[in-house]
Parts: sequence; C-alpha cells; structure tokens
Amino acid sequence: MKDAVRMNLAVEFCGVTLKNPITVASGTFGFGHEYGQFFNPSALGGISVKGLTPYERLGNPPPRIAETPAGMLNCVGLQNPGIDRFITEQIPYLRQFDTAIIANVSGNTVEEYCGMVEKISDADVDLIEMNISCPNVRCGGMAFGTQPHMVDEVVSAAKKYAKKPLIVKLSPNVADIAEIARAAVGAGADALSLINTLLGMRIDVETRRPVLSNGMGGLSGPAVLPVAVRMVYQVRQAVQVPILGMGGISTGRDAVEMLLAGANAVAIGAALFRDPLCPVKVLAELKHYLAEHHIEDVNTLSGGVVL
Amino acid sequence: MTEEIARPVTIDEITCPVQADCEVSAVKRLSERLYELVMTAPELAVRARPGQFVHVLCGGETFLRRPISICDVSGGSLRLVFQVKGAGTAWLSERAPGDMLDVLGTLGNGFRLSGLGARPVFVGGGIGVPPLLLAMKAARAQGAAPAAILGFRSRSAVILESDFTALGNTEVTTDDGSYGIHGFVTGLLERREYTSVCACGPKGMLRAVAALAERAGVPCQVSLEERMGCGIGACLGCACALRDTDGGLRYGHVCKDGPVFDAKEVVWE
Repeated sequence: MKDAVRMNLAVEFCGVTLKNPITVASGTFGFGHEYGQFFNPSALGGISVKGLTPYERLGNPPPRIAETPAGMLNCVGLQNPGIDRFITEQIPYLRQFDTAIIANVSGNTVEEYCGMVEKISDADVDLIEMNISCPNVRCGGMAFGTQPHMVDEVVSAAKKYAKKPLIVKLSPNVADIAEIARAAVGAGADALSLINTLLGMRIDVETRRPVLSNGMGGLSGPAVLPVAVRMVYQVRQAVQVPILGMGGISTGRDAVEMLLAGANAVAIGAALFRDPLCPVKVLAELKHYLAEHHIEDVNTLSGGVVL
Repeated sequence: MTEEIARPVTIDEITCPVQADCEVSAVKRLSERLYELVMTAPELAVRARPGQFVHVLCGGETFLRRPISICDVSGGSLRLVFQVKGAGTAWLSERAPGDMLDVLGTLGNGFRLSGLGARPVFVGGGIGVPPLLLAMKAARAQGAAPAAILGFRSRSAVILESDFTALGNTEVTTDDGSYGIHGFVTGLLERREYTSVCACGPKGMLRAVAALAERAGVPCQVSLEERMGCGIGACLGCACALRDTDGGLRYGHVCKDGPVFDAKEVVWE
C-alpha cells in the first residue's frame, strides 16, 4: 500500500511523542502483563496504568461488576499496590516496551495529590495523569473533579510539583464539562483526558438490592461513546490544550469520531474485556480509514468535525 | 506488520492463553437449565488443566464474555457444561453444530494435583459438578483411587453421574430425596475416609465442606465463582476476600489467582 509509506501516525502530546494515537485507559490494562500475553504493548502509543494511590488499596468488596446494555458498571475502588511498589516493580517491566508510560495518580487530599505528583515526577514515566474523577472512592476522586473551585485548588497545588507533563482526567458527572476543563487548564493542566466513567446503578429485582457492593458504580463501554464524543467536542471548543479522548471506543471508526470531535489521541478501555486484541484492531482500522480517505497525517483529523 | 504487532510477549506456549475460533460440534440439554457444548478447540485442549475455565464471547446483546469451566477434554475437543442464567448463556445454548465461537483460554489456576494422596474425594454441588470431572480423571491417571460425592436439588437436576461412576466410587445426593441419597453432600463426607478434598459448588456448601476437611485434617481446594470482567486479571473485577499469610484481609481475583483456592485462604463471611 503506497499510502501507508507516507502516512504519519505520530502525535506530539505535550512534548511527548506518541508513535500513534491509540493508547489504553487506566484501570483496564493493569500494568501490561495480562494483555501482553495477547499482543506486544509496543504496538500502542501509550499505556495509562492502573490508578495509583500513596499506599496500597484493597479496593471494594465484590460484586464489583455488573453488565449493562452495551456496557458495564464497575466499582473496583482503585485496588492497587501503591505508588512505591509501582515504581520499583512495574516501571522496569513496562520500560521493555517502546511505548509512552502514563502514570495515573489519585489521592484523598490536596496534600496527597501533591505528594503523588512529586514522587511520580522523579520516576521513569512519560506523562502524569491526575485522576480527579474516580466515582468509586469515598474521599478524593470525583469529589475533586466536579466543582470548578476544587479543580482549581487541587490542580494548581499539584502542578507546582509536576516535572512531567500533567494530564488532568475529568469526570463526566458534571453539569458543564467546559467550565471544569477551563478550571483545570487555568490551574496549569498541560492536557486533559476524558471521560472517566458515568455514575450508574443497577438493582437486582429479585433481591431488591443493588447489584454492586458499593451501590453505585462507573458506566463504561459502547453505551457511553456519544456522551464522550459530545464532551470532548465541548472541551475542544473551550480550551486549547491536547485532549486524550476516551469512553466507549471499540472500533477504528469510533477512534476517528473521537479525533474529529477534538481529541489528539484516544484510549481504549472496556472494549479490551470483549476483545483482547481491540487496540491492535482499532489501530489497523484507523490506518485503513486514513488510506481510504487519502489522509497523510492523522493529526489533521483532530477537531475536524464539520458543522 | 500485523504479525509483528500481534506477537505475544510471553513465549511459553502452553501457559500463555490464546484467543481461538472454535467450531461447535454438539450441543445437548442435560437437565432443565443445564446444557453441554462440545467444541473443536485443539489450541485450547492442549492447554487445558483441571479446574481452568474458558471465556466465551456470546451474542444476545451481551457486552462481557461468559466464563465457563472446562468439564472434559478429549482429543482436540473441549466439553463445557453450563447453566442458562441470562441472555449470554441462553444464546450459547442455542448454538448448533458448525457454529463458530470466539473463546479465550485456557484461563486461571486449576486444581493442584500434587498432594491429593491415595484417596482424594471430589465434592460437587449442582453446576459446580462439571469441573470436577477432568480433575477426577487426572487424579485417577496419576494412580489415585478417587471418589465423588455429587449433590443436586432433585432427580431432574442430576447430571454426569455415569461419567463420574466410570472414574471411581460415586455417590449422589438430592436435597428432596427424589434420587440417590436424601440429604446434603456434607452428610456423606462426614462419614467417609479420604486424603484430600476438591470441591466446587454454592458458597455455603464449600464453606461446610472446608470445615469438615479441616476437622479431618486433610487439604481442601475449593473452586470459587464471582462476576467477571476481563477474565485474565487486568480489570480486577472478580474480587474474592482472602486471608493473607499474616492474617490480614486482601482481595484476590477469581480469574487469575483462582478459580481454585486453598480453602484455608478463603474468607467465608
């Protein structure tokens, strides 16, 4: 294919070169070991690792998962080994691969966010993704991401400690996503990622009890794609920084849609659980789309929606 | 290009799971809600260990795969027995010979076969019975004289009895006494002599079986179930409470750390 030779897939994302715009979303790819059995992670533009906290977190009791029409709810609750063990045990493994490492970090307080950003800045990662949008933890998480003044407070504080590009991951559980995006960028965010999961709930009609242990959980999967596309579009209208778009992507055409809405790169999440090779297929389908439409540079798609 | 990208990092071909397109060769109804499905799956058959499971992509407007334990392996075929619970398993029960299935496998840690001793007993309840068949077969193949105690709700729910009988002494109980011995599997287990227990079934049954094994001072392995996402240990969805070596609580995952656990590790509350 002659077109493939001249095709540029690389994306400059806050000074970090992603070899292509396909990444995997935090919480769906662990630290790479599991899906590394099915494909070489070097195929990816980047890997956002499982959300990290200052200390090990047990996570929520089961059940943590409920299926929904075209998607799923989860209330895993940030189960992770803690940032120190990530740095010593997981970074060396991830560095075997030729892909950007995006460290997703959370805290319970502004001070904890600052500490996490400071510590991860000195580790061998490429980008920091500050998670102010987890719906499944009592403190921190979404509590910081749904009020503009809280976003401003936690992001401006953490930004002072960031020695790597700081991506702020936004919650869709807000009235005005553009307002939140402006607050994050105003406070120093170098980029934004969105959307985290949408807060949802399912009830077992036999027992009349919630299906999830936590009562509520985060919705992901194809069901959320149009919400994610809409929010990426609104954020692109509001701010200039790079956007990592995610939420319901499972095909190359979904990825193109997210790019056209205004994303510079995208992440695959829950679709991995259906098809472990999904990111590889999305990349192949994206290339096919570019070739078919005689597009030489994937970057030209970004924000290309015609109104 | 595609070949290079698709190259798995782990080269160990037997422990590394694969995604396989498998042809259905037979589907049979075993009882009211239980079905048996046989599929040609040489890549999975060579990997299958007793107690492992496969993760099957279903139609019927499902999003997640369905984890199904491996009942038996013969030649290049895999035999699955599953219960119709919702849209995914209903769809699966409607497959016909020649249909293709997208299957991940083989997954999880199965029964540890070392340390079973001369007289292991396999205790199953309802839909927990099928995965014990391959395990009992393996125990017999390594020279043990295995026995089985299988519990069902009633006569119409009894499955796989002749398969187990072919491998060793097999006793069947029913809750309502409509077939075999009236009562629960634990009632029989109490009165038997054995060197180890492998059990699969409802959590209450597993807990009671584990308590009897502990009292008898023999090792006990239990196969657990939980709502599952990815099936390979990435999403951390299928958490189960385990006791750490220092006595603390931690959440392991049924798909990757299990589905078979040492009963002493399991927190039953």
